Amino acid sequence: MNAVSLPLVTGPSLDSFGLDTVWVVLLKAVLIFAVLVVLTLFNIWFERRVVARMQHRIGPNVNGPFGLLQSLADGVKLALKEDIIPTRADKVVFILAPIICVVPAFVTFAVIPFGPEVTIPFTDTVTPLQLTDMPVAVLFVMAIASIGIYGIVLGGWASGSTYSLLGGLRSSAQMISYEVAMGLALISVFLFAGSVSTSEIVAAQGDLWFGLILAPAFIIYVIAMVGETNRAPFDLPEAEGELVGGFHTEYSSLKFALFFLAEYINMVTVSALATTLFLGGWHAPFGIGAIWEGANEGYWPLLWFFGKVFFFMFIFVWLRGTLPRMRYDQFMDFGWKRLIPVALGWTVLVAVMRLITIEETFDRQSLLITLGVITGLLVVAMFVPSFGAARDEAETEEPDAPAKPAGAFPVPPMPATGAVRGAAPPLTFADSGPRPGPAQAEES
Amino acid sequence: MSTSTQAGPGAGNSDPYAAGDGYGTTDGKVFTVTGQDWDEVVAGLGEAGDAERIVVNMGPQHPSTHGVLRLILEIEGETVTEARCGIGYLHTGIEKNMEFRTWTQGVTFCTRMDYLSPFYNEMTYCLGVERLLGIEDGDDPVPEKAQVMRVLLMELNRISSHLVAIATGGMELGALTVMTIGFREREQVLDLFELITGLRMNHAFIRPGGVAQDLPDGSLDAVRDFVKLMRKRLPEITAMCNANPIFRGRLEGVGHLDLEGCLALGLTGPVLRSTGYPWDLRKTEPYSGYETYDFDVQTWDTCDSYGRFRIRMNEMFESLRIVEQCVGRLDKLVGAPVMVADKKIAWPSQLSVGSDGQGNSLEHIRHIMGESMEALIHHFKLVTEGFRVPPGQAYVPVESPRGELGAHVVSDGGTRPFRAHFRDPSFTNLQATSVMSEGGMIADVIVAIASIDPVMGGVDR
Repeated sequence: MNAVSLPLVTGPSLDSFGLDTVWVVLLKAVLIFAVLVVLTLFNIWFERRVVARMQHRIGPNVNGPFGLLQSLADGVKLALKEDIIPTRADKVVFILAPIICVVPAFVTFAVIPFGPEVTIPFTDTVTPLQLTDMPVAVLFVMAIASIGIYGIVLGGWASGSTYSLLGGLRSSAQMISYEVAMGLALISVFLFAGSVSTSEIVAAQGDLWFGLILAPAFIIYVIAMVGETNRAPFDLPEAEGELVGGFHTEYSSLKFALFFLAEYINMVTVSALATTLFLGGWHAPFGIGAIWEGANEGYWPLLWFFGKVFFFMFIFVWLRGTLPRMRYDQFMDFGWKRLIPVALGWTVLVAVMRLITIEETFDRQSLLITLGVITGLLVVAMFVPSFGAARDEAETEEPDAPAKPAGAFPVPPMPATGAVRGAAPPLTFADSGPRPGPAQAEES
Repeated sequence: MSTSTQAGPGAGNSDPYAAGDGYGTTDGKVFTVTGQDWDEVVAGLGEAGDAERIVVNMGPQHPSTHGVLRLILEIEGETVTEARCGIGYLHTGIEKNMEFRTWTQGVTFCTRMDYLSPFYNEMTYCLGVERLLGIEDGDDPVPEKAQVMRVLLMELNRISSHLVAIATGGMELGALTVMTIGFREREQVLDLFELITGLRMNHAFIRPGGVAQDLPDGSLDAVRDFVKLMRKRLPEITAMCNANPIFRGRLEGVGHLDLEGCLALGLTGPVLRSTGYPWDLRKTEPYSGYETYDFDVQTWDTCDSYGRFRIRMNEMFESLRIVEQCVGRLDKLVGAPVMVADKKIAWPSQLSVGSDGQGNSLEHIRHIMGESMEALIHHFKLVTEGFRVPPGQAYVPVESPRGELGAHVVSDGGTRPFRAHFRDPSFTNLQATSVMSEGGMIADVIVAIASIDPVMGGVDR
């Protein structure tokens, strides 16, 4: 392992995989499926409750304890709705699209490590809490996640409707822009972990999370993951205010439910990936592992893992409760002109630093200090020029150009102070009688 | 909603009132777009050979068109090359109906036009009628308390209307919290309306000659509490929106329209004031004693949606100032009349709350049913037939939250209006849709229209 230091806790390595018997594999697969479906129902409820709190509302609290069964009821209702296929739709693609969307969402979870090696209760079988791993696991996640976007693009195209088409187009542009930034953000993790396998990346974060030492990459990844999942403020493909529902405008019933399911599973997926790559995966947070030996053994890591995933889910909801949607061009500007250059620069920096460390020109402490300084500078640089630089030009060409072309519509003289922001001096008129302004049509 | 990239089904049953299946001009075919004719438009476009044109029919059912505004956008990718709006989906024949009701009943109709600022509709109509009646001033004018109450209600209404404008604007941007906050505060105003007038909307409270009822007990305290609350909460909304770079990025430079454009199209209200021109009828042409209140006209200098947003925020603070002054005056006017003394105009009965709900006061019923035959006849004549208004016409505009709102009332000397026509600012301001949104992106169209803040009930009437 080529990590920063020897990890305190060694998790399963690549050698631990591929040894499971068929029934163990089946059990894991079914469990992942069940967990994801239940998690989706829970997340919908979670989002509605949290966003309701942020908006001074109560949220669903009627069905089941704390309203927990609300999403189940909604899901059943959705399934019972009439399934409409528009006349102009391409039927085959229209039906395939939600399936293309939802299957990859489930598949990506195969390589997410939930915990270390555990003994399956009532048996002697020891197995990692992860369906499988491979030397290119993270790349596998990226690849499969991209296939999911095809579902959105194809669904938008096959609906035969303008809103859907625009939503699909936006989605494809979004995917291209933000996957580049996301991939670049991950490179530094690979460099530090010395592996692309998820279980080894987690193992490499035994003592120090990559989210701390690779903070810029972490921030870039978090931004990109919001863009990747079509969530506010990057929810352009389904911009309700503009495109009605975007790519799923024409979808109803179970097909719509599949898109919905895919969106929420994708949120969990990117959150789980962020947890795995940056927040130490299933390792216990806040040094609990150092105090309590058992924190990183057995089934306890599941608690840490899902705790971290819900932290990201909360971030998703928080963003939705706080921020308006960005405009398409601003969004693209942000992706291409801010995120990608910063991610590129960061990757180069990390590579250089990595080389220096390996050659041992500097000691580790000065390396970390340098990294910290660069981290700060990069984060500041990313936010200093607020997006809307192009907008500023529009502002500078001020409204009241003094010389109007001949034949322009006559305008009254502005007050002596000119246009002001805030309280304006009252208008004065030459014939300031009791009723200035246009003549009154009055008789009686 | 549909694309028009290909020729659709052939043009068939055409609208007899439309201009035909498109007639040629130098700029190509012109289509009169009404309802149920989308296939024709699509077919016509196909004939023109512009296979690359995409025309989006946004609305009348669309989450962001402020009710039932219909937008016909021609887009090129995400850029809008042409934008036209279709209206008439909320036409209710209010003006025509008013010609068949008495002058007093007219208030009940016109309050429903611009449903977000009902008091302004009532106010401009009543001011017109009062001018015709000659009771603006003279020996029996509209009493001072009624004037102050009108100002109080109008300024509260301005706050509620601006809150809705900001809330729905935020919602269309995707900022749902702005929406819930806006509606939460508006609810406070509606509670005050309910307390004072008995209704949350469509009050029909301002009547020719004054207002319908005196202030109920405790209402001034409620208004004071409200002002205190809003002084705390409005800055929170301001901070939440102004400090948000995405919010600013979405609004700044969008929906640009300078003073010249505003004047050419007859735009008023926050859109006009966002050019820096401080045109506010409350100052330039005061009514209802506005010249005696201390407040400022709020402007901005950017001519864009952001400026309009800031103007609306600032105007709410100005309205709070006026409301405070109104409360101070009303404190000294306890027990003063709220309706002209002329019994030929003033509504004969007062309302009261009985054991079975709100109704005519029992005292009045006892008077007309048991004590005075003349009172009964008078009540009957005034309520069923109404009062007569001297022939003539009047137009007294007021500054509604959306701009200049005026009622052109014409009387032929009868008990009903010969004609009542409203100049609704939403209707006039909506003309700017094209110039504000062409060349922008689809998302900007939504922002531009939200900055106009049209209320379709007022546009279509």
